[in-house]
Amino acid sequence: MTRFRLTLAAAVLMLAAPAASAQVMLDQPRTVRETMEIGTSTGEIAITSDFAGADLTVFGALSNTDQLLLAIGQYDIVVVLEGPRLNATVRRKDRVFGIWVNTRSMTFERVPVAYSLSSTRPVDNITTPLELNDHGIGTEHIPLTPIGLVGNAANLADFRDAFRRLQSASGLYEHDPSGVRFVSSSLFKATLRLPADVPNGVHTVRAYLFKSGKFVTDKSLPLRVIKTGVEQMITDAAHDRPISYGLFSVLLAIVTGWGASVVFRRK
Amino acid sequence: MTIYLPIAELSVNIFIILGMGAAVGFLSGMFGVGGGFLITPLLIFYNIPPVVAVATGANQVVASSISGAITHFRRGTLDVKLGTVLLIGGISGATLGIWIFSLLRSIGQLDLMISLLYVVFLGAVGGLMLMESLNAMRRAARNEAPMPRKPGHHNWVHRLPLKMRFKKSKIYLSVIPVIALGFAIGVLTSVMGVGGGFIMVPAMIYLLRIPTNVVVGTSLFQIIFVTAYATIVQAATNYSVDIVLAFVLMVAGVVGAQYGVRVGQRLRGEQLRALLGLLVLAVGIRLAIALVVKPADIYSIVLEAAAP
Repeated sequence: MTRFRLTLAAAVLMLAAPAASAQVMLDQPRTVRETMEIGTSTGEIAITSDFAGADLTVFGALSNTDQLLLAIGQYDIVVVLEGPRLNATVRRKDRVFGIWVNTRSMTFERVPVAYSLSSTRPVDNITTPLELNDHGIGTEHIPLTPIGLVGNAANLADFRDAFRRLQSASGLYEHDPSGVRFVSSSLFKATLRLPADVPNGVHTVRAYLFKSGKFVTDKSLPLRVIKTGVEQMITDAAHDRPISYGLFSVLLAIVTGWGASVVFRRK
Repeated sequence: MTIYLPIAELSVNIFIILGMGAAVGFLSGMFGVGGGFLITPLLIFYNIPPVVAVATGANQVVASSISGAITHFRRGTLDVKLGTVLLIGGISGATLGIWIFSLLRSIGQLDLMISLLYVVFLGAVGGLMLMESLNAMRRAARNEAPMPRKPGHHNWVHRLPLKMRFKKSKIYLSVIPVIALGFAIGVLTSVMGVGGGFIMVPAMIYLLRIPTNVVVGTSLFQIIFVTAYATIVQAATNYSVDIVLAFVLMVAGVVGAQYGVRVGQRLRGEQLRALLGLLVLAVGIRLAIALVVKPADIYSIVLEAAAP
């Protein structure tokens, strides 16, 4: 009885096995997901006072890729450099009694101060707008969530457009639709632009992998941007020790004023 | 040659800033004014954010007023007691002014209010100065004597209570209008980045009837302390004092002022005042135009730290 059962089970398994494996092949051709590793040459960028913008190179490696899909360009990579997040208030001027006055405003919650994007193709060709919105990829898809009450929807769209337009105009939001290149079949290289007025703080380098328009995986690395030099020392002093900074400014003024009167009286 | 201003967060041509400081210093030496009411609008024209222009202007006025105050103190034309009473009002006014400044900044109306205040004050002061000097020139041309001041004439100010004797000024005066004047000037120092001498001096002479010889020294005394106080409080609350910008301006300013004083002593008063009046009016009109002309972009962004 027991032996018969075992034999039957074995026979069933033997019959089922080829079918099951065939099914795996059809529905999910690969049993292991693609993985991605990225690296930057440095985890910290020190910016001197004469900094006029620079390029950051990010290297990445893909493994477990499907060679066929890779060959026909079905893998897409998007690499972004996101600045620290702050609340951004957008104000709109209107003419009031002939004078241009800030009338309406909207504050967006925790938006990246800088956003630089590089990709293998324009992001809108890589995947659907829905997917881009989900991951917040691309200057047009970064979530801009207003704080507080929003009057009407048309207004919100205007303010969002204005924010994106102004950030792009100042060079803080950038995209390069051909900035990611495959160096070999599994290695890629991305170039990201750091604007001249790149904000201080911890930025995030984030890479997204798409396969045939579907999001597969992402990886991120912190990148510390530290401004150096006398100018930065002054900025730090003004923010960290404001009272001493103010006292010193006054002292400098007294010494300058007094010094000049002493020097010129001698002449 | 460019220089980076760490607080204004922009690069500027150092020679333009030096020139601005020297020109305003020259004028302030020539006319005996602090120059804050010219420095701040000029900085705004040069795209320095108004927040920084005001705070830095206050700092610059400390330097440009100090040598004058020392001179007046040595000559004995500085009434410390009167100056101290003015200062009580001035410090309280400056404190209120900083509060107003921060409030306006948070609701996004600061730049507008600074411009509006400048248009009003520069327009009024420039216009009055021009009118007065043109009248004086006309009288001089007709060989008329200047109108004599009516002696012993007392106005409502002299009927107020809480009177105090100011020995150096040889005047017996209520402290109420003195504190009120100091207070008003203090508010202007914080909000506009001016010393306020261009309003305080005429008010002391015509309204309070303080003898002319002590007026300038005493107003400088009050200006130094109030602008110094405003600088420190601006630095502490708005982080907007740009020490690099202030230093370049003050060095150029104090040098320019020395030459201005020499030239001013040699030139005719009425013509000088007419010129200054025209200049002040022109700056006011330029600011007024900027308010009326449609801005390049009607939207603007302000970033602030997100609440954790």
